[in-house]
Amino acid sequence: MKVLTGIVVTFVGLLLLYGVSDPEDFPAWGDPHSPANASPISQYFIQKTIRDSEVPNMVTAVLADYRGYDTMFETVVVFVAGIAIFGVIRSYEQEDVELQVSRRRPDVIPKRTVRLLIPIIQIFALYVLAHGHSSPGGGFQGGVIMGASFIMIALVWDLETALKRFSEKLAIACAGIGILIYAAFGLVPMFYGDEFLNYGILYKVLPATDSREMARYYAMLGVEVGVMFTVTSVMYLIYALLATRGRMKGGL
Amino acid sequence: MEEFIQSKFNYWIYVLLMMLGLWGMIAKNNLIKKLIGMSIFQTAIILFYVSVAVKSEESTIPILPHHGHDYSFKYAEKHAKHADHDHDDHHGHEKDPHHKEEKHGAHGASGHGGVAHPKIPKPDNFANPLPHVLMLTAIVVGVAILGLALAISQKIYRHYGTLEEDELLKKVRAEDNG
Repeated sequence: MKVLTGIVVTFVGLLLLYGVSDPEDFPAWGDPHSPANASPISQYFIQKTIRDSEVPNMVTAVLADYRGYDTMFETVVVFVAGIAIFGVIRSYEQEDVELQVSRRRPDVIPKRTVRLLIPIIQIFALYVLAHGHSSPGGGFQGGVIMGASFIMIALVWDLETALKRFSEKLAIACAGIGILIYAAFGLVPMFYGDEFLNYGILYKVLPATDSREMARYYAMLGVEVGVMFTVTSVMYLIYALLATRGRMKGGL
Repeated sequence: MEEFIQSKFNYWIYVLLMMLGLWGMIAKNNLIKKLIGMSIFQTAIILFYVSVAVKSEESTIPILPHHGHDYSFKYAEKHAKHADHDHDDHHGHEKDPHHKEEKHGAHGASGHGGVAHPKIPKPDNFANPLPHVLMLTAIVVGVAILGLALAISQKIYRHYGTLEEDELLKKVRAEDNG
């Protein structure tokens, strides 16, 4: 089986290598005139993003505004994955003997270090979220960093300590609230007669926005906050469920 | 020859990684090792997309420098003499090729009320943002899928007591027959 697969995979790989190496058919690395780079749509994003929404980071603008639908349902995918993991392995049975983990006291060095680190990590997560407009960052990245801070509590102390601060119910609720925040930013423009997720009209609602451009700028931030809620709580849920085999106590 | 290798190297690595991941997914017996193969496969796709987005050596990341002030419409407007021009006016200018040339030449003092025009970013100076966006979401979905796959393998292990594919198939068949 292994040999047969090896032969097939090698054959496919050689075919791909042949196709990729053709200097005529396949554009070279870094070619600015390759079909992907010369397409009008990516040129539009580079030239007009700052004009349309005042956001210097084109990736954020494309993610949260031009491709808002995609990102919204991407967030839904993350949420559904979290719920699916919950549904697959969450169990309420009395714990087995093998899962009895002694409630050990954490060592001094990890405890002190993590106590210092966690506020910094959380502030950094908020920084990454808020600066997604002018530097690399955004809701997904900030959410993962924020989730890591809660996972760190669970690793150094135990899951009970982490659950005291961020309980299971709260995590699931936050995951849903994130999507609701996102959808609300899409829904409100509809009441003003615009399309779903067309943030421009929000200048009538949002404070301190006097133009369509700035309304899009701040609506993107709001949308990213929604994404961060979902990603933070789903990352934390995935860790908590996988580390305890769905029992939500004891664990690593 | 050196140039040829340089212009194709990333694609070769991508093919190599993708085939490695594919082989791992098919040939490996352990479910966790299959998942590792899947992750390698995903990494290969991400490498492909991101390397497609690269432009020549003069280009930089798709973020406008100086917080976009040189390019910012608002900033240019604030520093203009007459700030009462509205936005539609500018969009109108931009469509007109005659005014566009003016914009590149005399920066600001173009006789239209002295409004300073922001610079338009040149597509050749910035990497293609679209593949980056696609991969950003792909990475997140990849993590979600990996978590779900690990949860299912944990469930399988709890039920059958093994993660080896051949043993699993044997146990599943035995269960079906009786």
